[in-house]
Amino acid sequence: MAEEAPPRPQDAPVPAARELGGSAQVRCIDAGSCNGCEIEIGNAFGPVYDAERYGARLVASPRHADVALVTGPVTRNMAEPLRRTVAAMPEPRLVVAIGDCALNCGEFAGAYGVEGAVGDVVDVDLAVPGCPPRPEEIVSALRRVTGR
Amino acid sequence: MNVIGYTAVVAQVALVVAGAPLLTGLMRQVRAKLEGRAGAGLIQPWRDVRKLLRKQPITPTGTGPAFRAAPALLVATAAVVAALIPLVSTQTPVRRHADLIVVVALLALGTVALALAGLDSGTAFGGMGSSREMTVAGLVEPTMLLAVFALSIPAGTTNLPAIVSGAIHDPTRLASPAGLLATAALAVAVLAEAGRIPVDNPATHLELTMIHEAMVLEYAGPDLALVELGSQMRLTVLLGLLTSLFAPWGIATSATWTALAIALVLFALKVAALGAVLAAAEVFWAKVRLFRVPELLAGSFLLALLAVTASYFLSGTGGGL
Repeated sequence: MAEEAPPRPQDAPVPAARELGGSAQVRCIDAGSCNGCEIEIGNAFGPVYDAERYGARLVASPRHADVALVTGPVTRNMAEPLRRTVAAMPEPRLVVAIGDCALNCGEFAGAYGVEGAVGDVVDVDLAVPGCPPRPEEIVSALRRVTGR
Repeated sequence: MNVIGYTAVVAQVALVVAGAPLLTGLMRQVRAKLEGRAGAGLIQPWRDVRKLLRKQPITPTGTGPAFRAAPALLVATAAVVAALIPLVSTQTPVRRHADLIVVVALLALGTVALALAGLDSGTAFGGMGSSREMTVAGLVEPTMLLAVFALSIPAGTTNLPAIVSGAIHDPTRLASPAGLLATAALAVAVLAEAGRIPVDNPATHLELTMIHEAMVLEYAGPDLALVELGSQMRLTVLLGLLTSLFAPWGIATSATWTALAIALVLFALKVAALGAVLAAAEVFWAKVRLFRVPELLAGSFLLALLAVTASYFLSGTGGGL
């Protein structure tokens, strides 16, 4: 069963939250992650944390999305697809980097196949640190986007 | 009569446009509760539409008129169908034009518009979705026509208001074998036409299993808002058609304000109840494999054919055919 909704996050909602008005469609992009963060994102949308009650919903196409959840260090092969995916999203769009790898390449820093952190490839609006971050932290970042 | 009749038409369209996102919200809420989640609330689909209308419109390179016209055409056909079907009143100024074949053709026009848009987007998934949608539509349209023909034999006409008012005055028509078979056939056809489980899963993220969603992957912003509103309106009018034909009680057959008010409230309640039952059932169903969809639809076509046969032989008079 869904847990009681925790109080709203202390940090103010991001500026784009006003325009989104309590609704955020989310597209996940795995730029080279070990899938740890994906499991936590899956949990954030599962019955216990239920991110959908704050107006966030996973969608299948970047054209439908307002938020890109990017995980993992950006590998060489995923750098261009990541750029194109973010470019395909209509404005206003937000990029949320999930996990230590997305922020500073984490364990994979300096590996031969790694292009860099997510911030080196596209502009990042919100960051959620952790290896992997707890579902509560992902949900609280999404609540700053939907403002609910 | 005329003022009340025009009010009824406006009320039908307004209720379908305003209520369609709420119906989707209700169905998602029922699903969330049954899955142990809290849910986003009834008005979340309206929040989504409001946000999409504010977003940047995008026309992907290489797309043409079919892609641009489809969202408006989808909403327009659904709105015309909402005006034609006797959802709250059979005494409307458009009742002579509310023919069964016109209604099915209008719904097909919306389907074809979106299928052409899927092809126009030029992506692999768009074309695949269009091909699948046409496969399903080709099996669904005859079933819908046949199922309602079974009801039109006792009424002696394919005019929907005449069928509905006939059923209100003579409820035994619905309890007949033909009526029950036609209900089952039309219910399956409605599920397929509206793109619900077990034929299509509206919440899927897997492109390979998509039918309807695959065609609209390239839409963004205001166009996507129209496509979503159009699909929700189609679901609402299809469920409304089902309730009008098989649970017509409460629909205004006389042109009085009280009858109209009662009919409006009852229509909202009936469609909401049907939607909630459908959402609850979907939690327990799985989507069938794409290659088994024709078997399901052929089964429902057979039921519709049996309904027509039963209606013809058992109605005694043979009707007007």
